Amino acid sequence: MTNPVLELKEITTKVNQGTNRELTILKNISLKVNKGDYITIIGTNGSGKSTLFNVISGLMQVSVGKIYLNGKDITNLKEENRSKFLSRVFQDPKLGTAPRMTVAENLLLALKRGEKRNFLPRNLKNYFPQFIQLTKSMHNGLENRLNAPTEVLSGGQRQALSFLMAIIKKPDILLLDEHTAALDPKTSATLMNETDNQISRGHLTALMITHKLEDALKFGNYLLILNQGKIKFIFGKEEKKRLTVNELEKFLI
Amino acid sequence: MNMIVSAIGQGLLWALLGLGLYLTFRILNFADMTVEGTFPLGAAVAVTSITQGVSPILATLFAGVIGIIAGLITGLLYTKGKIPSLLAGILVMTAIYSINLRIMSKSNISLFGKANLFVNKFLSNLPKYFDSVFIGLLFIIIFTLFISFSLNTNFGQAFIATGDNPQMAKSLGIKTDRMIILGLMISNGLVGICGALIAQNNGYADINMGIGTIVIALASIIIGEVIFKNLTLNQRLVAVTLGSIIYRLLLLLVLQLGFNTNDLNLISAIVLAICMMLPQLEKKFNLKKVLLKGVRKHD
Ligand SMILES: Nc1ncnc2c1ncn2[C@@H]1O[C@H](COP(=O)(O)OP(=O)(O)O)[C@@H](O)[C@H]1O
Ligand SMILES: [Mg+2]
Repeated sequence: MTNPVLELKEITTKVNQGTNRELTILKNISLKVNKGDYITIIGTNGSGKSTLFNVISGLMQVSVGKIYLNGKDITNLKEENRSKFLSRVFQDPKLGTAPRMTVAENLLLALKRGEKRNFLPRNLKNYFPQFIQLTKSMHNGLENRLNAPTEVLSGGQRQALSFLMAIIKKPDILLLDEHTAALDPKTSATLMNETDNQISRGHLTALMITHKLEDALKFGNYLLILNQGKIKFIFGKEEKKRLTVNELEKFLI
Repeated sequence: MNMIVSAIGQGLLWALLGLGLYLTFRILNFADMTVEGTFPLGAAVAVTSITQGVSPILATLFAGVIGIIAGLITGLLYTKGKIPSLLAGILVMTAIYSINLRIMSKSNISLFGKANLFVNKFLSNLPKYFDSVFIGLLFIIIFTLFISFSLNTNFGQAFIATGDNPQMAKSLGIKTDRMIILGLMISNGLVGICGALIAQNNGYADINMGIGTIVIALASIIIGEVIFKNLTLNQRLVAVTLGSIIYRLLLLLVLQLGFNTNDLNLISAIVLAICMMLPQLEKKFNLKKVLLKGVRKHD
């Protein structure tokens, strides 16, 4: 029996502990993610979806419970040290890229995710063939902007870049937090389809938060519903196929 | 002519200060007040060492090392102690004032013409004021090359990313705290060396010689940026030196206009304020259009 890629064991997170603003966000969450799983996650605003990702990526400490990665206890591992195994794309295009650095520079930084950064010349030009091929796959002209600082890119290009940065070095687990929500419908659909392509082509293990119920049904092989910090339902691939958006809406309330 | 050469020499010597602050202020987005302490600290250490018989080169090196230590302390206060950046710098700057008095044991000590970096056979054969041009060039070239090389390594890119988007940097496994500490150390090391050079050039160290250094450093950086736009990183590093020289020439001009040296800090602050407001003013008064109109042929 191989270990699950990720295992959450009875996770509870509290913020502002010991003050009168104390709030329990995640409540007793347990979850196993196996290699190749592609889980879409939905839940109303404030149900704790992003917090779940914060806990997995180490941005936030758990108050109770354990987190295992490939069988190893990583509960107390810092965010910087977890980055070797996982990558994440945020909803806000500004969060995922270094604005004054060029597209190529950002990609190279991401290619070395979780590695020691040596004191040798970076030889950026050597990576251009790889970067051109990779950015072309996004079909949005990013391949012509490799030398542009990312702050001048469109939101769609910037978010596509964030996504490429998350997968350029294969992560054990990929976290997507409403990564197309800030984009217009057409750009969003293109990026979502390309996301799906890359995940299946690369046999990636992924968790994807979305607020679009259609997307939650269309993509992935599991569907998880979060409600007030608890896992309310998990649907498997077959059950997911039979669900409709209308039925899903009822589960959300 | 002599005065212009002297101003250029001063610009080159002071450029090290601008280069140091560039690392923190521009790359790490960290307004580091420590430099107001590190600069006179470097001066005090160098002059005191030399009067104790230490060789000028070693004394200058000491100044760099002590600057590095000051940067380390500010870095630790900020990253581990979670003290806001501005306050961390001010705390260390204030503490250094007392330490400087301890080192010098009075508020001003002179080299009394003792051996220093500016006193040697080769330099004394140069025309007047060319000694500071030579030493200034030597140091600024060495350190600009060093920083330019470093920033273009994988490590340097991680350093730049730390300043540009710390959240992203962390998520890529970059140890941002370490980067910030290291940046502050190198920056203050350069500022310490700069203080040592200026003190040796002036022939004395003074407890108050740090006042206004941050403004001078920012002026070099921002004058460079205002004049030369759309530069690559390497060009930006060089622009700091050019900015520093232009700043000295501006001061020379102002003194020629009849202001006296007591007004220098006031003038420095005004020059910096104007440079920093320039992009705003440009927008507001359409300066560019008006200026261009003034030089264009009209029909
Ligand atoms: N650091 C924090 N401090 C206080 N409250 C927080 C913090 N992080 C999240 N919360 C609260 O926890 C709840 C869940 O937030 P979040 O996980 O961002 O929800 P979602 O992503 O599902 O919309 C929200 O009510 C939010 O205000
Ligand atoms: Mg969210």
